[in-house]
This record gives sequence, structure tokens and C-alpha cells, in this order.
Amino acid sequence: MSVKPYIRKVSKSTWYLSRRRDILHMIDETSSLFIGVYVLLLLMGLRALAEDEAAYLHYLEWLGSPFLLGFHWLVIASTLLNSISWFRSTPKAMRVQIGENIVPGYLIAAGHYVAWIMISLFIFYVAGVFSVG
Amino acid sequence: MSYKTIELEVLRYRPEEDDKPWYQSYRVPCGEDWVVLDALNYVKDHVDSTLSYRWSCHMAVCGSCGMMIDGEPALSCKTFVRDLPDRAIRIEPLANFPIERDLVVVMDDFIEKLERVKPYVIRNKEKPLDEGEYLQTPAQLKKFKQYTLCINCLCCYAACPQYALIPEFIGPAALALAHRYNQDSRDQGHESREDVVAANVGIWDCAFADGCSLVCPKHVDPASAIQQMKISSTISWYKNLLGLGGKGP
Repeated sequence: MSVKPYIRKVSKSTWYLSRRRDILHMIDETSSLFIGVYVLLLLMGLRALAEDEAAYLHYLEWLGSPFLLGFHWLVIASTLLNSISWFRSTPKAMRVQIGENIVPGYLIAAGHYVAWIMISLFIFYVAGVFSVG
Repeated sequence: MSYKTIELEVLRYRPEEDDKPWYQSYRVPCGEDWVVLDALNYVKDHVDSTLSYRWSCHMAVCGSCGMMIDGEPALSCKTFVRDLPDRAIRIEPLANFPIERDLVVVMDDFIEKLERVKPYVIRNKEKPLDEGEYLQTPAQLKKFKQYTLCINCLCCYAACPQYALIPEFIGPAALALAHRYNQDSRDQGHESREDVVAANVGIWDCAFADGCSLVCPKHVDPASAIQQMKISSTISWYKNLLGLGGKGP
């Protein structure tokens, strides 16, 4: 080792700005914050529901404000981004080996997408989205 | 063979003379089939013999010539000049490591971390030689073979934002090697590696940015190894919690 190695400093606040994939990674990571805030919103709704009807109606009215409507679009975009990046990553975390063969990653990801769609359809069904009249 | 002149912008750092690194430009007549290492060797042989860099095999096996080429970690012996944009090629030492001299980095931190994950087969008790070798089926070999391909070029560390921000992080190559031995049917060293692997500075400091796997010249996919260890470590933790006796990652 040299007597005077040069140590390059890394900025803790701007490190991701020099590479496109790091910027995308940070967008993906940051989007989870909005989802976290949305979970708090849902908990507030539960509390209002537990209180009384008037409190819950007030909560629904509050959700209809332009700011919160905009926030919901942001949360939908964040959820889609997180879901897609999650499913894209699943083959890495779930390596399935059958005998001497590794199951191709696209099959693992496709299985997750199918499960996602089926569970979503089931939730829509239970919520009455498909009921007529 | 036809030659065209290319320009290299090489980061120089000579500890005896320089307080900080600086860029030096070299113009090199470059052949159609040259890799970046060929251009550096031309500089070393014909233009500036003081330029320092590591290389050995010239065929992506030894892992010595990892460096930043146009901002991305890569083996200079595997990066063809014809595949790079038609402008000056910027060459720097691997990111996230101290610079020893010019393109040579100080690897001590990696070597220390590599030792900590015990990258060798561990047996609770060796069987006598006259009982023969430890046999392994092709399926058992397949389970970890991908992770044996690591050549310790350190490109993954240079691409890892977590290693840049948290120097204590064990890092992709060392963790992938830990996984390689944990997956080996001949190995019984899971538990002795767990203190390092399952620690905060082990698998849990990985934010899954996936840069390590994207730049790996041998397609080892360290990010995959680390995520698999996160799952097995979590299952092991819950088994221990429920008193079912977990096994290490």
C-alpha cells in the first residue's frame, strides 16, 4: 500500500445524480414514502369509522379535496412503479431449480403478475365492483 | 488492419508528486479489434512508461484490469473500443476504493472482508482420506456453480451505491462467495458465516440497487445471491423464534 493513498469523497446527498440507473433506483425507493403516507391516511379513515358516521363522512369529504385527489394519483403511480419493480426483482430472490435446470426468470415474474391480477380481481369482486345495478 | 486515432483521458495520481488526481490525455492509433487494455498497453509501451495499471491474462479470467471506463466499472480487456461512443474515452480507477497510483486501487478492505466470510468449504469433521472424496451430483453443483465464476475484479463494489455510502458493508462479491459455499452440499459452515453474513453490514445493508449484477463481467449476479440469503436468513430467524431450529442462510 502506498504511503499516501488518495480517498475520493462520495456526496451523501447527490451520489445518485451521476448515473441514470441510480436515479431510477432512488425514484423507486422514494416512491415507497408516498405509499407509507397513504397507509397513514387509511389508518385515519379507520379511526374516523370507529368514531361515528359524522366523523367518517367528514373524512370522506376531506379526501375529496383537490390536494388529496392529486396525492391519490401520486400514490397510484408510486404503487404501480413499486409493484412492477418488485415483480421484476422476484426471479433474483426466488431462484427455483428443478433437477439440473433453473426455471427461467420470466416464468417466475409472469407467475407473480398472474397472481397479482387474480387477487386484484377477487378484491374487486368482494368490493362489489362487478355487481350490476 | 486499419488504425484510427483515439483519445484517452486517463486519471493520474502519483503519490510522490500529486496532492490530488488529474486527467492526462493520450492520443493512440487504435486497431479495429482493440480492447481498452490494448490502448493502455500502447501508451505504456510507446508514449508514457510511467502510467500504472493492473493487468495479467488479457482474457477476462484473472480479474486484474477492472477500471472505470466512461463512468462504468468494467474489465479493460473485455471492453472493445469500437463499442464505446466515438469520443474521448475516460478511464479512471475503480470507484469506491482509495487510489494507490494512477489506475491502481488499494484492495485491502475487500481482502479483509473476503476473509471474514470464510470463502472455503468448512466441515464439522473431515472424513478420513481412505473413505474417498465428497461426492456431488450435477444438480447439487448447479445450485452454486454460477457463484463460483467470480474473479474478484471488484467491478461490483465500484457499482454498489451502498458500499460507496457505507464502507463497512461487506459488499457484493464477498457475500456472493459466502452464498456459494452455503449452497455447496459439501459445506457445513453456514452457522460460522452467519455472524458476518446476516449482520447489518452483511446482507441487510444491501438496498438491491442491482448495479453489481448489471456490471459483473462474469454474470455472477451477486444481487441475486444476496436476496436469496435475505429470504433464507429471515426463514431461519422465524424458525428460531418458534423454536423449530433454523439453519443459517
